[in-house]
Formats: sequence, structure tokens, C-alpha cells
Amino acid sequence: MDLNYNEEELAFRDEVRAFLDETVTPELRDKVRNGRLTKQDMENWHAALNARGWLAQNWPKEFGGAAWNAVQRHIFEEEAAMADAPRIVPFGLSMLAPVLMKFGSKEQQDYYLPRILSGEDWWCQGYSEPGAGSDLASLKTRAVREGDHYIVNGQKTWTTLGQYANKIFCLVRTDPNAKQQEGISFLLIDMDTPGIEVRPIILLDGTHEVNEVWFTDVKVPVENLVGEENKGWTYAKYLLTHERANIAGVGFSRAGLDAVKRMARAEMHKGRPLIENPHFAARLAQVEIDLMAMATTNLRIISQAAAGQAPGVESSMLKVKGTIIRQEINDLARRAAGPYALPFPSEAVEGANEPPIGPDYAGPTAAHYFNNRKLSIFGGSNEIQRNIIAKVKLGGGR
Amino acid sequence: MNFELTEERRMLQDTLRRFLSDRYDTATRNRILESDEGFSPEIWEGLAELGVIGALFAEDQGGFGGAGFDISVVFEELGRAGVVEPMLDTAILGGGLLAALGDEAQRALVEEVIGGGLHLALAHYEPGSRYDLSRVRATATPEGGEIVLNGAKAVVVNAEAAGQLIVSARESGAADDPGGISLFLVPAGANGLSLRGYPMISGGRAAEVTLDEVRLPASARLGTAGEGFEPLRTAIARANVALAAETLGAMETATELTREYLLTRQQFGRPIGTFQALQHRFADMLIELEQARSAVINAAGNLEKSPDFRDMQISSARNLIGRVGRLIAEESIQMHGGIAMTQEYELAHFAKRITMADHRFGDTDWHLERFLELSAA
Repeated sequence: MDLNYNEEELAFRDEVRAFLDETVTPELRDKVRNGRLTKQDMENWHAALNARGWLAQNWPKEFGGAAWNAVQRHIFEEEAAMADAPRIVPFGLSMLAPVLMKFGSKEQQDYYLPRILSGEDWWCQGYSEPGAGSDLASLKTRAVREGDHYIVNGQKTWTTLGQYANKIFCLVRTDPNAKQQEGISFLLIDMDTPGIEVRPIILLDGTHEVNEVWFTDVKVPVENLVGEENKGWTYAKYLLTHERANIAGVGFSRAGLDAVKRMARAEMHKGRPLIENPHFAARLAQVEIDLMAMATTNLRIISQAAAGQAPGVESSMLKVKGTIIRQEINDLARRAAGPYALPFPSEAVEGANEPPIGPDYAGPTAAHYFNNRKLSIFGGSNEIQRNIIAKVKLGGGR
Repeated sequence: MNFELTEERRMLQDTLRRFLSDRYDTATRNRILESDEGFSPEIWEGLAELGVIGALFAEDQGGFGGAGFDISVVFEELGRAGVVEPMLDTAILGGGLLAALGDEAQRALVEEVIGGGLHLALAHYEPGSRYDLSRVRATATPEGGEIVLNGAKAVVVNAEAAGQLIVSARESGAADDPGGISLFLVPAGANGLSLRGYPMISGGRAAEVTLDEVRLPASARLGTAGEGFEPLRTAIARANVALAAETLGAMETATELTREYLLTRQQFGRPIGTFQALQHRFADMLIELEQARSAVINAAGNLEKSPDFRDMQISSARNLIGRVGRLIAEESIQMHGGIAMTQEYELAHFAKRITMADHRFGDTDWHLERFLELSAA
């Protein structure tokens, strides 16, 4: 048992830090902290990583990836979060790509994978539907084969950054008579195909990050089918195991906790820094204690993964605990901001040359708190994760 | 012992509930939220005509209520409907201080408030003061026959709409001394008064207020020089009853929306409300909601008691409602899932209202601390 990184891992971490130091400018860091990244910022970030060969971290070398192991990926994620770097947009890189590598045709791999790396394609995810959230397999979007095409009709929702995407990978129902999971196929669709409409969904913090995507008689060439017809559920589940990588979000929590501490040192409560207030300090300490343990749980699971063991219920456990901790930290940040959590900052109010309202750290805290309620909802809600844990450990057990 | 509302209050409750259910749906609220004013003058006028503002003042102040339970009845309904109009700031804080402290000329303004013709705002808290009631660094200096105000005030709710601002400023004492604080009436547009307005995340508008050599006649003083702290404390106590009741109302609506959703949303071939994991959590929400209801009754029913006992009850209520509010807002969102994350769906506004109530007049921890101080005394 050794809790420390080995020399090689430490050297890698230094390399990552040097890269982040150079690439994450104060201006970019500010945009990340305030949630004001533009499409161009995200594309620039991808390009910078790609130039370094670090964009496709989990891809094998043969496809142009970095082929990092689980520990390296973890180090990067943690350092990037601590540096307030933009997140890598995962839809093409870490969701679709593994599916194409395992189940896609040679032609699909050769065509799509380089375009993901170069940024030519921006993918979004067509999974959830208004009636199919936690119960994803009940999805209804229909694809009917007509000659060389599928005709797709239906609606997807919660499509993250779909407004920027030129491609969408979709789960569609190709056999309505089969058992739910057995009539689903996995299709790749051009967003500029006639019959597709993207409608924005504005979230409770005023942001536009998700969309509805409507399909009306959308013609999709049959060569855009991944793998076999009606086997899409298998691919979908495979993809979701990749969606759950970095599910613990340890780096985000550490960065968030540091930010709360900075705030609590600056905020004054009855003439003393808030961080010295026993009630606030106790809240802070409790979440830090939880995070310290979870960070080690996370590393234990990463070590197992690096040794080739597939994670089981552990990723569900990390999803639940990780999101609870992140949300608790968001709650603390909001509390620390005090009355200055109330102003609703926007670029309209805080123009480029205007000072922020109140302390600069306070503005985004409430919006982040509300926005991150999504963490326990998306990617398999925490209720679904608990179902998975209980089902594995208790069996059918009724 | 009697936990029934009086006939008058029940009528007020019914009338107000009907008025709001006819006029205040999500689409209306969202339109109001996006407007430049941040509230609807028509709704305000309607509320005044119904006598809702008058119900918040005592008879000798020109109203027909003004007690703790009048406040709680009105604000519970405003909270249930998610009303964003600035009743708390204009009537409870501003109107309450004018009615309690005003000379004859100043009290005449109360009539305008009750009629719906005048908005008010209390400019008291300052950048860096968080929720500390006695920390006032703005200064009031006599000069000739005039008074000159200097300083900055933080997150002054309803400042832009207010015809008059009630401004606290220090005439003597150290920065956190309860003694030496005075109150002044500053008319909108006064020389040296500047506002930087912005919307708030839970609705309504506020402003950062700067006082730069604001010159006032001696008649602008509200109440006795240097003795503003106790009246402020009373006004904030009343505001806390209002805020607690408003939050209770918002929690009722959030809980009801969640109940309806659990009964109608189908996943895995059945309503999600048939899953025991959710049933138990919903039951906990209901249990805590009743705790919150009782806490509001405790606070409202003790509003006229001695200041320390009153404030202990109030801090008890605000601490409890802070905890219950977080539970109900978060559980309501979680049990709804994604739909609750959207601006368009009704719950979003209620969740924000419930949560952000914890950022006015002290948060859950602040009230816990004050409860400890006052209950040890």
C-alpha cells in the first residue's frame, strides 16, 4: 500500500501542470469560473490539447490517441479542474469514439475519428426523450428502413450543447414489436439534414446549455447505422460506461473547496473572517473530510481499472457520493457569498469594463448551485445508481 | 388554545388566493421577471385595491391589521403564488419604519403606500456587513442646518422603484455599535445618491447604492438621532416573519407540484410515485413542511413580545425554515428530474425563492448563532 504517486506519475503531473500554466490564461480561467465560455473558447481548448497530442486521452495510439492509463487520465482531470481549465467536450471524444472503435465499421472509424480529433465534427448525444429519462429503454423515436435510408421521426431532449453540433448520435427504435431493449439501433445523423429542428431549453439559472432536437421525416443513409440493427442497446450501455469515467469529479470538488476557502477568508462575519466562524468552519471541514475519503476511494478504483479490472458498482457509488460532495460545496459557496449571492450577474449588467457587483467571487455562486442540481439527475440519476448498487448486492431479492 | 384564523384573516386569505390564482401563472411571472421594472404595476395596484397593503398596518397607522398573523397570512399567499412584487420591502420594511417612527408629515406617506402609490426601500446593510444589523459605516454629519450622508449600501431591494429610501447612517460610535445609528428619508433622485440596479436570481430587482455628499434638511430624519437600531431590529423582525411565511407558501407549492408529478410521471411502466424510495422521501417533505408551518406560527405569534424573546423565536423559525427549505427545494428538483431544471417549468422559480430566502436578514447559520446567544441569555 502506497498512497503516493510514483516518480513517473509525478513527472507526468509536472508536465501537465506546465502545459496548463501556459495554456490557461487568466482570461480563460475567468470565463470558466463565471460559466461564460463560448463555442470558440471550447474549440480553441480542444485545438491546444490536440496540438499537444493530449486531446484523445483514452484512445489507443493507432487512432491518434494518447493512450493514457487510468492514473494519467485522473491526474490530468484533477490538475485541469484545479487550474480552472475548460472541460473537454466529451460527446465525440469519450462517448462516441469508443463505440466506433469497438462496434463501428472500418469506414466509419476512418471517416469519423480523425474529424473528431480535428474538431471538424462537433457531436451531441441523442439519448433522452421527454418520456424516456431514467427509463431510457422506453425511448420512442422511430426509424423505419426505406431502401437505402432510415426515416427518423421523434424527439430527443436534454441535448447538451446541441446548438453547436453538426452531428448527433441517436438511439432510435427500429423494431417496435421486440422487447424494449431489443428493438433499439444506434444511428449517426447529420444535424443539417432536412427535418431536424433544434430548440433551446433555458435552464433555471438562465443558461442555454441543453436543447430539444426534433426529427420530422429525417432521411438517414443506412451506412450511418453503427453495428447491427436492433443491437443499439448494447452499444448504448457500452457508451454509458465511458460516460461514467471521472464520475467522482474529485478535481472539481477540490477546486470548488479551494474557492470556498478563498471566499470564506475574504468574507467578514462580525468583524472576523467567515472561515473562523465555527458553524461555517464545521460545514467546510465535514465536506473536506468526505472528499478526502472519496478521493482515496476514487484512486482505489482507478488503480483497479489501471490493473485491468472492470469497475462494477463502484462507479455508481462514486457517482452518488461524488455528486453529493460537489453539490454540498456549491451550497457552501452560495452561503459564503452572503447577500451578494442574490444579484443575478449577466454580461448585460456587468459589461466588459464594469466592475462586478459585490466581491468578484460572489456573482456566479447561486447560479452554479442551481445549475449543478443537474449533477445528481443526469448521466443516470442518483436514484438509478442506487438501484444498480442494490440490484447487484441484493439480487432480484423481492 | 385556538389555531384557527379569525374571520377577517380567512377572508383576506381567500380573496388574495383567488386574485392571484386568476392572475399569476408561470407565463405571467416570467413576463414580469423579464420586464425592466421587475414587477407589475397593475398587479401592485390590484393588491392595493384588495386591501392587502392595508392589512399590514395597524388601525392607528391607517390600516386594518399589522399584527404578526396578518403578515403571515398575506405573505404565505404571496409565496404560494410566487409573487415577485416588492411587498416586503415597500410595506413591511419601508412602510413599517415610517409608521413606527414618522412625524406627521412622514406618516402621511404611509397613506400613499397603503394606496399603492408609493414604493419604498430600506438601504441599511453595507458591503462587507453581511447580515450584521449593527455594522453601519455610512456617516451622517450635521453641517449648518443640514445633514450630509456618505457611504455605500449593499443589495438594496426595490431601490429603483422606491420614491423614498430609508437610509441608515452613523452619527456616533464604532462601526458595529448599536448606538449612534440614525435613519433618514432620502428622496429618489437626490443629489449625490446613485443606484446601480440589477435583477436578482430569485426575481425582483435590487441596487448598489452610493451616497456621496447627499444633503438633507433636518426634517429628513426619521425617529430619534442615534437611536435607529431598535426600530430597525423591530422592522427586520417583522420582515423575517414575512420572509418565513413567504417561504412556507413557496414550499407548499413546491411540495404540491412534486406530489402531482409523482402521481403522473410514468417511468418503467408506472407512476414514479409508486416507488417506495420516492414515497418515503416525499413523506419526509410533508413532515418537514408541517414543522415549517409551526415555526412560522411561533414567529408570527410572538412578534409583539419583548425584543429578545421575539428574536429568539424568529431566529428559531428562520433556522428551521432554512434547513427545511433546502430539503424541500432540492428534493422537489431531484424527484422531478430534468424538467425541474428548466426556466419554463413552474418549480424552478419556487426552488429559487425558497433557497435564496436564506440570503436575506441572516442565513441558517446566522440565525442558529443568534438563537444560541438569545436562548443562553
